[in-house]
Amino acid sequence: MPHDHHDHDHLSPSGHPYRQDNDEPLTYWQLMEISVRELMIEKGKFSAPEINQQIDLMDSRSPADGATVVARAWMDPDFKKRLLENGASAAEELDFEIGPMHLVVVENTPKIHNLIVCTLCSCYPRNLLGLPPDWYKTKEYRSRAVKEPRTVLTEFGVSLPESTVVRVHDSTADMRYLVLPLRPESTAEMSEVELRKLVSRDSMIGTGVIQEI
Amino acid sequence: MEKIKNPEQRWHDMGGFPAGQIDKAQHDFAIWEKRVDALLSLSTKKKLFTVDGLRRALEDMGADAFEKMTYYERWIAAINQNLIESGIYSIEELGNKMAEVKKRGETYGAAQEGKS
Repeated sequence: MPHDHHDHDHLSPSGHPYRQDNDEPLTYWQLMEISVRELMIEKGKFSAPEINQQIDLMDSRSPADGATVVARAWMDPDFKKRLLENGASAAEELDFEIGPMHLVVVENTPKIHNLIVCTLCSCYPRNLLGLPPDWYKTKEYRSRAVKEPRTVLTEFGVSLPESTVVRVHDSTADMRYLVLPLRPESTAEMSEVELRKLVSRDSMIGTGVIQEI
Repeated sequence: MEKIKNPEQRWHDMGGFPAGQIDKAQHDFAIWEKRVDALLSLSTKKKLFTVDGLRRALEDMGADAFEKMTYYERWIAAINQNLIESGIYSIEELGNKMAEVKKRGETYGAAQEGKS
């Protein structure tokens, strides 16, 4: 986006391609976004800095936040107990703002594997993982995760023994799920900070597992 | 989209529908998409409308919009509908604003350079 000098243009470090919006012909929906935003500012409902702060807040959220919660749960059995009882209040202990929604943390064990989906739309624990990956919002994932989860997991490179129970959790606007992945046995000596780095986004959705190191 | 057998199951209630391989391609969000996301977060935070209101508008757009519009295109359409319904601005005000913004330039980069 060479012709646009807005600060937020430099905020995507992950190396994925941008949608080429700023230099391409203005679309109808982009025109609507600019117009709605300016009307809301003119009507005094939002301020421009407030909108930028909201974008910064969302940009600041990433799977590293969820990983912090997971690593703490692995290290501290009492925290884990609180996390499984009430995900929102436990996450707030670590200064993550969850808000009024229910956050249900589901624990993977050697016998049970959990997978999260939102069949109705795209509900996701965005306060702990950031915005959902594109595939999470596709018709294909939403349709198939509840019907053939093992096949879906295989497509993500996860093959589970037949004896493992697979539980699929369907999210709603008011109830979001987070998977507490299984801690690899080989990490027994690792520190909490080291453990955080092992916890992938997909392991907290359930489309991934954390390999032994 | 395939025919729905249960007449009470609407198009967006996709769990269990036959579907193909999952496309794992990822794109970074463009600034206009992040702004749409922020408009929704601020609207619900300030109780101008609820996520249920967003969902209702999205679901009423139908399967065709799901196939043809991108995620945040559908969102801005749904946000706009809810804000008009709430009486914060009128369709006429939106139309005038869109005409004004359009005159600024041919690209998003040029058109966004308003007074915001």
